[in-house]
Amino acid sequence: MSKRQIELEVMRYDPEKDEAPWFQNYEVPCEEDWAILDAINYVKENIDTTLSYRWSCHMMVCGSCGMMVNGEPSLTCKTFIRDLPDKVRIEPLENFPIERDLVVVLDNVMEKLQTAQPYIIRKDPPPSDDKEYTQSRAALYKFKQYTMCINCMCCYAACPQYGLDQSFIGPAALALAHRYNLDSRDQGKAQRLDILADHDGVWDCSFVGACSEVCPKSVDPAAAIQQMKIEGAKEFWKQKLSGGKS
Amino acid sequence: MAVAKKAIVWGLFAAGGTVSSFVFPALITLFFLIAVGTTPDGLQYEKIHEFAASFLGKACLFIVISLSLWHAAHRLRVVFHDLGVRKDKVVANAVYLAAFVGTAMTAFYLFLIR
Amino acid sequence: MSRQPYIRPMSKTTWYMRNGRYKVYMLREMTCLLVGFYSFLVIFGLAALSSAERWNAFLASQQNAAMIAFHGFALIYFLIYQTFAWFELAPKAMPLQIGEKKLSDSYIVIAHYIVWAVLSAFIFWLAGVF
Repeated sequence: MSKRQIELEVMRYDPEKDEAPWFQNYEVPCEEDWAILDAINYVKENIDTTLSYRWSCHMMVCGSCGMMVNGEPSLTCKTFIRDLPDKVRIEPLENFPIERDLVVVLDNVMEKLQTAQPYIIRKDPPPSDDKEYTQSRAALYKFKQYTMCINCMCCYAACPQYGLDQSFIGPAALALAHRYNLDSRDQGKAQRLDILADHDGVWDCSFVGACSEVCPKSVDPAAAIQQMKIEGAKEFWKQKLSGGKS
Repeated sequence: MAVAKKAIVWGLFAAGGTVSSFVFPALITLFFLIAVGTTPDGLQYEKIHEFAASFLGKACLFIVISLSLWHAAHRLRVVFHDLGVRKDKVVANAVYLAAFVGTAMTAFYLFLIR
Repeated sequence: MSRQPYIRPMSKTTWYMRNGRYKVYMLREMTCLLVGFYSFLVIFGLAALSSAERWNAFLASQQNAAMIAFHGFALIYFLIYQTFAWFELAPKAMPLQIGEKKLSDSYIVIAHYIVWAVLSAFIFWLAGVF
């Protein structure tokens, strides 16, 4: 296979030396079928061992290699050289603090995933003695796409409202909450909406829609949030009409 | 914690966005026809007055205009935020007051048409 | 090893110039000015319905080149960034699943266009355009 010379323009930041990030260029002889992650791995192995970045599975499952590729939040194992020009700019995910080079600090979003209460909440005991919650396929398909999220955080890098105000719970966490709200086995919708349709929740979304466009797993967080707004509006009146408590 | 009051204005925003998306292209076209001097028959005084005097006409006009106003107000609030104006309380009060005044004016003028 | 995370600045006033997607979003949001403008124009029209003279004066005040240009621009802008944009996004807020299969978004969008066409035709008929 023929090689293609790609110029990688990589953002570097060393917290112990640098005041601010800067760009370093690497000339990488790429195989035609390489993903950007292969090119970065080539740099690490053959040109510059000091480059820091996260990756693990190289097969769109682990969600750790999310970076900005030419300004677009991308899973670098899924973004191919053949679809890119000869000069490619690699930056750490937008809207996150940079820990070092291409590694970002994810603490803020990790906390937000907790607020979504992403587990099945039951008020009634399980319907059968063997403690199984059965579910029809139709009921599964209502939320299945939202289970595909791998927490790569590309949606947070794409969301300007999260960038402008980091108290916004944001796309992945809200989509995850919606996944459980739609689950026929779950009874925690009102409890979740109490938090997620309060301030910093769904209302901070202005439906830019960028989260869904960049999602490498074709999850649609923007849709989830709009649906949650409708549910939130219903829940609001339900709480009002029942005298404040649902 | 509880569902925030923003649920109310968002509901009006969504309803108004839907209504205006469906109705405003025709409305703007009618204003365009007026502007070029080819006012359609239905917009001559007798006919439009009769329409606005009917209960159904009043109801349609009120629903379309008031919801559209609340839609515009809420979206304008977001625009201010997006343009970097961070006095959200002031902005919200101003835009919703404008929508309220517009809604009241619509109701008042419709009431006067008999 | 000391941690010293670097936070990249984000302009609160010009962030939307960063990419085309954000620019389109801002153009979409600006439609609120048109919605507000036409709502109040209708309200002024309702006020003018108090007498035939006032209504005719209202109509006359609308008949000039500037208004022709503005309505022409507003119609195209509104169609692209409000009506079509809204229809395009509607199925996201209201997905439909029939049995095990999610109804394709395009059906919901097409349904919106059909309702819009019928409603617009009705309004034109009501206004005596045809």
